[in-house]
Amino acid sequence: MNDRETRELEESLDTIWEIAKGFGLDPFPIHFEVVPAAIMYEFGAYGLPGRFSHWTHGRSYQQTKTMYDYGLSKIYELVVNTNPAYAFLMEGNSVTQNKLVAAHVLAHSDFFKNNAFFAHTNRQMVEGVSINADRIRKYEFQHGQLEVEKLLDAVLSIQEHVDPHVSMRKERSDRKEEHKPSEPRETPYDDLLRLGEAKPPPEEPGPRKLPEEPEKDILLFLAEHAPDLDDWQRDILHIVRSEMLYFVPQMQTKIVNEGWASYWHARIMRELDLTEQEYVEFAQLHANVIAPSKRSLNPYYVGMKMFEDIERRWDNPTPEERETLGRKGDEGRAKIFEVRALENDAAFIRNYLTQQLVDDLDLYIYKLEGDELKVVETDFEKIRDVIVGSMANFGNPYIVVDDGDYRRSRELYLKHVYEGQEIDIDYAEKTLHYVHCLWRRPVHLETVLNDKPILLTYDGERNTKRLL
Amino acid sequence: MHAPISLSRQDWSLHRKGPADQARHNEKVKEAIKGNLPSIIAEEAIITSDGKKIVKVPIRSLELPRFRFDFGRNKHIGQGDGDSQPGDSVGQDGPGRGKQAGDQSGVDYYEADITIDELATLLFEDLGLPNLQQKSAETLEAETFRFNEISKKGLMPNLDKRRTILQNIKRNAMAGHPSFGGVKDDDLRFKIWVPDVRRETNAVVIAMRDVSGSMGEFEKYITRSFYFWMVKFLRTKYNRVKIVFITHHTEAKEVDEETFFKLGESGGTKVSSAYQLALDIVKERFDPSSWNIYPFHFSDGDNWGDVDNRRCVDLVNRLLEVSNVFGYGEIREGAIRSSSTLMNAFQAIKDEHFISVVITDKKDVYPALRKFFTPAPRREVAA
Repeated sequence: MNDRETRELEESLDTIWEIAKGFGLDPFPIHFEVVPAAIMYEFGAYGLPGRFSHWTHGRSYQQTKTMYDYGLSKIYELVVNTNPAYAFLMEGNSVTQNKLVAAHVLAHSDFFKNNAFFAHTNRQMVEGVSINADRIRKYEFQHGQLEVEKLLDAVLSIQEHVDPHVSMRKERSDRKEEHKPSEPRETPYDDLLRLGEAKPPPEEPGPRKLPEEPEKDILLFLAEHAPDLDDWQRDILHIVRSEMLYFVPQMQTKIVNEGWASYWHARIMRELDLTEQEYVEFAQLHANVIAPSKRSLNPYYVGMKMFEDIERRWDNPTPEERETLGRKGDEGRAKIFEVRALENDAAFIRNYLTQQLVDDLDLYIYKLEGDELKVVETDFEKIRDVIVGSMANFGNPYIVVDDGDYRRSRELYLKHVYEGQEIDIDYAEKTLHYVHCLWRRPVHLETVLNDKPILLTYDGERNTKRLL
Repeated sequence: MHAPISLSRQDWSLHRKGPADQARHNEKVKEAIKGNLPSIIAEEAIITSDGKKIVKVPIRSLELPRFRFDFGRNKHIGQGDGDSQPGDSVGQDGPGRGKQAGDQSGVDYYEADITIDELATLLFEDLGLPNLQQKSAETLEAETFRFNEISKKGLMPNLDKRRTILQNIKRNAMAGHPSFGGVKDDDLRFKIWVPDVRRETNAVVIAMRDVSGSMGEFEKYITRSFYFWMVKFLRTKYNRVKIVFITHHTEAKEVDEETFFKLGESGGTKVSSAYQLALDIVKERFDPSSWNIYPFHFSDGDNWGDVDNRRCVDLVNRLLEVSNVFGYGEIREGAIRSSSTLMNAFQAIKDEHFISVVITDKKDVYPALRKFFTPAPRREVAA
C-alpha cells in the first residue's frame, strides 16, 4: 500500500465501523497499525507483540516467514484481545484485502468483548507481557541466558497444563475452611481464664495429602510446591502461566470466533461500495480463507457455515420446531448474537452441529491405517463426539498432579485422565525430563496404553515404564 | 464525529526481536545436528540428494516435547469435497509433516538446511582407515595446499596481523622501547599458500554388496547408506584411495560406481562368489606388498547353505592374509531374526582384523562406520 492507498483505507475504516455498528456488532475501539510482513510474522510467532524471548518463538517466526517468502501461506489478520484493541495490517496487502481484514477484525473484537469466556481476560495484556519480558530479561542478566533458557524450556514444555477455573475452585475450598466448627467453649472467657496455662497442643492435622484433590493446574502446583526452586524460577512459572491463561479462551473458541468473524466480514464487505474488480478480489480472498482442508477442520469455514445454518433454522423453523421448541421464526440474528455471547467451541459443536451440516460439509473421521490415512467413519454423532473430545483441555491430554509426596519421598505423581485417546509415549517420556528439571526429584506419569494402565517414570537418570 | 477507529504506519526497520530469537534457534539447530548424527546420516534425503549441495535434515530434538496425543493411534476430523466414504484415502502419514504450515499437530520435526560437506566434516573428524601400513613401492603423492606458511612478502588481505604486531614490538624492543608503533614494511608478515606434498600409502577398498532377492527395502537401503558415507569419507580424507565395487547374488561381478548404487536384482545368494572375485581382483591388480587392502561386505546373511558358508570362512581367511582389515556388516531389520548361519560360521574366525557389525536400525549406520573406520587402537563401538 502506498500513501494514497493508506489514506483510502483510513477513510473506509470509518464506513466499515458504521456498517458493523449498524449490524449490531459492539467491538472495542480499534487501532490499526500497518506493518511490514516480517513484523506481522514476528507478532504471529510470539502470540502478542513484546512477549519474552525464546528460541521456540524464533523457530515459529522462521517457519511462518519462510512459508510467506515462498508464497505458501500468508497471515492476513492479527488482532489482539485488548481494550482498545490493536490490530495489524500487512503493508503488502492491497487496499481491498485490508478492508476485508479490517471487517474481520471488528467482528473478532466484538467477540472478545462480548463472549463469556473472555470476561476475565486481562485487557491490558500487551503491557502485561512487556513487563513479563522485562522481568525475564532481568533474570537473564542475573543468572545467565542459558540458565533462564533451560528453565523456560522446561516450563514451556508443560505450559498447556493450567486451569482457567482455579480461582473459582480456590474460593470454594476457602469457604469450606470458614465453616469448620470452632471449638466448643464453656464460657465466653475461656481463652482469658486459661492465660498462663500451657495451651493444649493443637489437634494433630492428619497427614494432609498434597494436593488435597487432584490438581489440574500443574504450573501453579509446581510454582507453589516444587521443593527446590529459587524465587525467580517460581516467578517464571507464574509468568508463563498467566500468559497461558490469557491465551486459553482463544484456544477454546477457534471455530466459533473465526466463524463469527468470517460470517461478518462477508456481510460487511457486501455493504461496501466496491468496484467490480474489487469485488472479485474480495471474493477470491474470501474463498481462500474458507477453503476446506482434507485433514483438519477449517475453523473459518465450518464456523461460518454453522452460524449461517443457525440463522436459517431460527429464521424459518420447521412446524415441529415451532411446536415442540417454541421457536417463533425470524429470530436468526438474535440467536447468533446469543451464541456468540455464550458458547465456546465444544459447546458450539455439541449444540449446533447437525446431521444436515455434516453431510453438506462432507465431514469425516480419518485414522492412520498402515502408513495411509483413511476415512473410517462418516456418522454424524461419532463425528460430533470426536470433535468435542478433541477439544477437551483445548486439544491437550488432561493431566493432573495426583500426589506431590509419592512414596512419602516427595516424588511427583502425575496422572493422565484417560478418555479414550492415547498419548504419545515417546514425547511423554521426554517431557518427564523437563518436569524433573522443575521438580528435581523422581517424576511419574500414569497413563493408559493398549487398554492397560502403565506408569512412566523418570528418576533423573533414566526412563522406565511398567504395567500397573 | 469520528468512529473510535484509527490507522497509523511507522518505521519498523529497527525492530529485530524475531530475527534475534531466530538466530538463537539456528545456533541450537547446529548443536542438535552434532548430537543427532546417527539418525541424520541415515536419512533418505541425503543419500538420494544426487550431489545436491544443500540437504534438509530433520532435527527431532528441537521440538520442545510436551504431553500430546499420539497422532497415529487416534481419530481425526477432515473435510472432503462431497460424498466421502469410509475407506477413502486422505493421504499418507501425519498431517503436514514438515511441509505444511501452522499449528497442526503431528509436525514433530524441524527441517534444517545443511550442506553435505558440513555434515561430512562433522562426521569424519576422527575417522581413518584402520591398520594402515606404510607399503614399500608405488607411494602416491597427493598434492594439496597449506595456508600456514609465513612470508615477508604477500598480498595485503593475507596480512597476519598478530605476527606483524609481534614483529614490530620486537624491533621496537631492540631499539629500547618495547611497545607497538611505527610499523615499517619490514615488520609486515603475510600468510601464504604453499603446495603441500603429502605422501599417501596406496589403499584400495573393495565394496561388496548383496543384491539377491532376499535383500528387502530396508537391507538395500542400509547398504546404500553405509557405502554412500564410506565413499564420501574415503574421497574426503584420502584423495587417492581406489574403490572397487562388487555386487553379487549367486554370481559376483565388478561394476562401476553408478551401477553399484542403483542396482537392485534378485535371485539366490552365494556369498563366496563375491569373496572369490575379490580375491581374484587382489591377485591381479593389487599386490599386498604395495597396497593396503580393505574388503567390506554387506549382506542379510541369508546365504545358500552350509557348504557355501564354510567356503566363505575359508575365503575370508585367505582375504585376511592379504588385507589390513576385513569388514562384514549384517543387516537384520528390527533385530527380530537371530544371527544368520553365515554370521555363526564367521564366529570361527579369530583374526582381530576381522570386524563384524550387526545393523538393525537406520541409526546403526553411523556406529558401523565408526567401528570400521577407527584408526588403531581400535575402539569398540556397539553397533
